[in-house]
Amino acid sequence: MGKTLYNKLIDSHLVRVLDEEARQVLLYIDRTVLNEYTSPQAFTGLRQAQRPVWRPEAALGTVDHVNPTAARRSALMPDPGAARQTAYFAENCAQFGIELFDVLHPLQGIEHVVMPEIGLVLPGMVIAAGDSHTTTYGAFGCLGFGIGTSDIEHYLATQTLVYRRLKSMRVMVDGVLPPGVTSKDIIMALIEKIGAAGATGYAIEFQGTAIEALSVEARMTICNMAVECGARGALMAPDDKVFTYLQGRPRAPKDALWEAALAAWKTLASDEDAVFDAEVHLHAADLVPMVTWGTSPDQAVRISENIPDPAREADPVRRQGMQRALDYMGLQAGQPASSISIQRAFIGSCTNARIEDLRDAARVIGERKIAPGVFAMVVPGSSSVRRQAEQEGLDQIFMNAGFEWRQSGCSMCLAMNDDILASGERCASSTNRNFEGRQGSGGRTHLMSPAMVAAAALAGHLVDARHYRGNI
Amino acid sequence: MQAFSIVQGIVAPLHAANIDTDVIMPKQFLKGIDRRGLERGLFHELRFDTAGQERPEFILNQPGWRNAQFLVVGDNFGCGSSREHAVWGLMQYGVRALFGTSFAGIFSDNCARNGLLTITLQQEELSCIMQLAHQPGLNVVTVDLQQQTISGPDFELSFAIDPMRKTALLQGLDGIGQTLTWRDQIQAFQDKHFKDNPWFR
Repeated sequence: MGKTLYNKLIDSHLVRVLDEEARQVLLYIDRTVLNEYTSPQAFTGLRQAQRPVWRPEAALGTVDHVNPTAARRSALMPDPGAARQTAYFAENCAQFGIELFDVLHPLQGIEHVVMPEIGLVLPGMVIAAGDSHTTTYGAFGCLGFGIGTSDIEHYLATQTLVYRRLKSMRVMVDGVLPPGVTSKDIIMALIEKIGAAGATGYAIEFQGTAIEALSVEARMTICNMAVECGARGALMAPDDKVFTYLQGRPRAPKDALWEAALAAWKTLASDEDAVFDAEVHLHAADLVPMVTWGTSPDQAVRISENIPDPAREADPVRRQGMQRALDYMGLQAGQPASSISIQRAFIGSCTNARIEDLRDAARVIGERKIAPGVFAMVVPGSSSVRRQAEQEGLDQIFMNAGFEWRQSGCSMCLAMNDDILASGERCASSTNRNFEGRQGSGGRTHLMSPAMVAAAALAGHLVDARHYRGNI
Repeated sequence: MQAFSIVQGIVAPLHAANIDTDVIMPKQFLKGIDRRGLERGLFHELRFDTAGQERPEFILNQPGWRNAQFLVVGDNFGCGSSREHAVWGLMQYGVRALFGTSFAGIFSDNCARNGLLTITLQQEELSCIMQLAHQPGLNVVTVDLQQQTISGPDFELSFAIDPMRKTALLQGLDGIGQTLTWRDQIQAFQDKHFKDNPWFR
């Protein structure tokens, strides 16, 4: 029987079997990326036990979660907690010999945007990091997964993790995506279909013509959000698009090493006869732009649909959950999704703030202006993305429309900085989580693609972005 | 890591599915550089109103459930962000074990690294504990990790746990110390790994 790509990656990183029956192994980890908010206690632990970092050159630090995104960059953190965390992060990186992109560094950005764009995410690698959206790296045929602070410390001290092998799920997305429907809609449709725990215990491998047709950046959006249906790993076999993306990136291998790597990477795929523990099918042609209405990423509808009625839900726990979500979100069952008015629009996050995302949102905007009463902002995924967008004039399109054009960071995806929703404010957001309070206590988040956020900002309410694209 | 052997305590019910780590430990409590002070942050928006007063309707603020050592929780508890602060907060509040039908992957690992026991049960078994949890005054259970049992006034359930996780919890083991006993094997693996894949260096 053939092997899945996931099992090939685990087997090629297996240092030691710890418990055969429980599928526990000691797994070698190639790299990590660290941020200022999940790493401090890990460094304190190392210091207390007087343990060195096993391989400091295999870690990169980047400040992203707590920094302000105001247009003028400053190393000063207005909030004392953020100041303490960034100062301690700098001290830790310096003392343990880890490279740091601090807030003034030209390559600073959101960790999962920075790592691929500088060429540190390579096919065949295993990367674990203290952030759940590390699954992003699956777009390169690299197993990425999130870990907690104790495991960051374990990684730093040993270059390994005690790891439980997952089951494999194949998500086949065949057919052709209709014009104006994006990879965000693919992953949102999957999460809606299988539920927020639908892939718990699994690593997903995405296959199919609709996946192959996507750009590498669009694929990253899918792998990024796979964690929202519980997957602790999301993979796509690397192809020529991935190799083209990587070639020439500053930290990617070069010359003879590149050629050798390429030969190895071309063999990275699940075997034809590999058997998956679960199979899910999506037909790309059936997909339309998605929006969430509730407080869990699986509470989503097509933009053309109405908000579902909890009374029609048979399961009592689910029914209560739906009602609670409607109450929190201030919505009525049966209300059309397109009738939901917004006060805020946010384009940003490791899910959707890469250059292609900004280009797509800018295409929807054109020369239009955002609706009166909407406060809208664009927070590029990295300082490099910001520079690129400015070279292309995208910043002008956003600013002419009435968007604020910001510096890079995680920003209002999780609102650890000063970009935060007031209680009751409603936001169209290109992010990954619509949890209660995620973007601010009492704040109401609707997840959607960056193009859909742009369209909502123009209309002042949720709307099918294809109206502005001329597709419908 | 805190060791776990036999713990007796109050069990409280939290029915909702998909309780995420943003709800367990909201962002305003994530600005520390140590693990302290997270008790106050636990379920903060559910426990306290905007003036910082306890919300009387929240289960853990009611007599009979206050200071529960065990929570019986809905499906997919701990989903979302990797923040280990959620686990630290639960432990600082005094929670020692969680009973549920499924736990999110990163959260479950974080629990294991800190000595917070996550016990996965079938829906019928969970309903049995859930029923008891709704009876203040009676809602006391004993968890015996060695025997792998949960006992209530009129039931005893057994539960499964990975042997490695069990041993670590029973002894409160330092996982890093254990792994470093295999230092030579890790080094040998790394040497071969870089020889086979020099572009990973």
